[in-house]
Amino acid sequence: MIKGQTNGGLIAIAVIGLAVMFGAPHVLQLFTIINLTTAIGLALLGLSLGLVWGYGGILCLGQTAFFGLGAYAYAVTAQNFGETTGAVVVAMAVGAAVAAALGYFMFYGRISDVYLGVITLTVTLIIFNLLRRTSGPEYKIGKALLGGFNGTTAPPLQIPWDARMTLFPQQLFYVSMGALLLCYFGCVWLTRCHFGRVCIAIRENETRAELLGYDARLYKLGLFSVGGGVAAIGGVLVANGIGRVTPDLFNLTYAAQAIIWVIVGGRGTLLGPVLGAFGVFWLTSWLGTQSYFNSNMVLGLVLILFVLLLPRGVVPAVTELAARWGRRKVGRRERMRARRRGRRRAIQPAE
Amino acid sequence: MDYVVVLVLQIIYGIANLALIGLGLAIIFGMMRVINLAHGEFLMLGGYAVVVSTNLGVNIWIAMLVLAPLVVGIIGVVVERVLIRFLYGRTVDTLLATWGLSLFLVGIVTAIFGPQTSTTISPPIGAIAVGDYASSGYELFLILLTLALFGAVFAVLRYSRLGLLARGTMQRADMAAALGVSTSRIYMITFGLGSAVAGLAGGVLAPITGVVPTIGATYIAKAFITVITGGTAILAGTATAAGLLGAMNGIVTFLTGPTVGEVALLAAAIVLLRLMPSGITGRFFRKSL
Repeated sequence: MIKGQTNGGLIAIAVIGLAVMFGAPHVLQLFTIINLTTAIGLALLGLSLGLVWGYGGILCLGQTAFFGLGAYAYAVTAQNFGETTGAVVVAMAVGAAVAAALGYFMFYGRISDVYLGVITLTVTLIIFNLLRRTSGPEYKIGKALLGGFNGTTAPPLQIPWDARMTLFPQQLFYVSMGALLLCYFGCVWLTRCHFGRVCIAIRENETRAELLGYDARLYKLGLFSVGGGVAAIGGVLVANGIGRVTPDLFNLTYAAQAIIWVIVGGRGTLLGPVLGAFGVFWLTSWLGTQSYFNSNMVLGLVLILFVLLLPRGVVPAVTELAARWGRRKVGRRERMRARRRGRRRAIQPAE
Repeated sequence: MDYVVVLVLQIIYGIANLALIGLGLAIIFGMMRVINLAHGEFLMLGGYAVVVSTNLGVNIWIAMLVLAPLVVGIIGVVVERVLIRFLYGRTVDTLLATWGLSLFLVGIVTAIFGPQTSTTISPPIGAIAVGDYASSGYELFLILLTLALFGAVFAVLRYSRLGLLARGTMQRADMAAALGVSTSRIYMITFGLGSAVAGLAGGVLAPITGVVPTIGATYIAKAFITVITGGTAILAGTATAAGLLGAMNGIVTFLTGPTVGEVALLAAAIVLLRLMPSGITGRFFRKSL
């Protein structure tokens, strides 16, 4: 029954997602569509963290490292070869490979989750400091200048195998939303196949999973690499949405926001982080339009309040509430039936 | 010869700098297993305490050495009472909550003082001559201050009654409580003490680095990598890790420039953690403080 229910939920998500994908460009303004493309990129970052943290129990505070490196890899490759389809593949490969390399040191060193979080965060911050210093003309990869603080331009996506046709913002939106849906359902599939189930088992009890014969280090490494690849796709989309790649992708604010999306949306779900990303993107855009509250202050408060009061996040809380409500309805019907039966047999129902 | 002296001094300063920014974090982490992600912001607040009080006409030495630790220490105690207290034993949640705190502090300081500070304070000690070369006298002062600070923290932990109670609480909180120690108060004091040390570090570094609300981010990576590489022994861990990583950073920086230096520091730390997952003091100097 549970499986049927969640599949129903998935179908609903697919329908809504497709409706947004094909409906939004006809309803919304062009500016909003371009902004949404950036938001979708961020949602992919959220999705990757939701996968890695929620299903593998890997507390990666610096998921933005792979996201930013993906964006940089895309920009540099596209500038060098003038072709973007291959650049997307390179970006994914870079994200996954860096995640695998870093993951090797962390998982095979059997570093505990808190240390792991701090190390990933530190790596991100050090890449941030490193890229900020690359402003001189000597810092270039092929033809692409890294450009230090100002970053480098990200060429817009083209139609595959035809380098003359770049995508218009609306087409870019279709591509982004399509990518988000594909990645979302890909991640759902991953968490339900054998590999994903082993990862969940490891999250629940690493020792027990190892005693059953699974190499926890290897499974974690695999999941972490997939997460790195998904985050890199997000980076590519954000680079396209903004049009530039800057070291700011690696800064503390993005890293913190990714964590906030997952906390607010809910750990252990894939939908939660995506919705969290859209919600927080909307919130920060709105905060940018007024001058009473500083956006950092509000985000910080949101994080503190969620950790203290609703540590599981919105989506699990809502689904549980809905489930309880449904149960109560069923329960009431059963009680009524019991009472009727009780009247007939004159037995008091044990409450 | 003089050149070598200047170079060695520079490397020692790099080590002292790492040790100084890491010590407050190490006290809180080593004693309470709380990873304080707002540590960078505590340093930042120390810097602001110095800038604001010198602008009000307070002597810079008093501002740096007395006011900065006092102010940040009090903030630390308040934070512990309002936030950290509810999260003991939930390491990940503490980490996230202190990250929220970090964002909150950056936001509130930006709202009060603006994103940039116009006032800078110059180091109160000028350059000193080493043969034909000049070296910063203030950096020398910072090296000595770091040594003194380590000495003071050692003395407090090793010889004072408070230190004894704190170490007892750190080893077996339930046993300490059974013997009549108010562990909640010990935690509060320890957190305040760690914050005060962070404030002092932020205060004395303010003349060198300047202060902006987001300066915490530049400290935090180095502070964390030092403390985690060091392991749980507060003083020995921080000192050995700072020595190793600082020397690494200094030598590579001398050979290739500051960009690669920082990467070398990080790479060294990650390789060290692969070899010794619980830090240097997880393997060596286990019994030390």
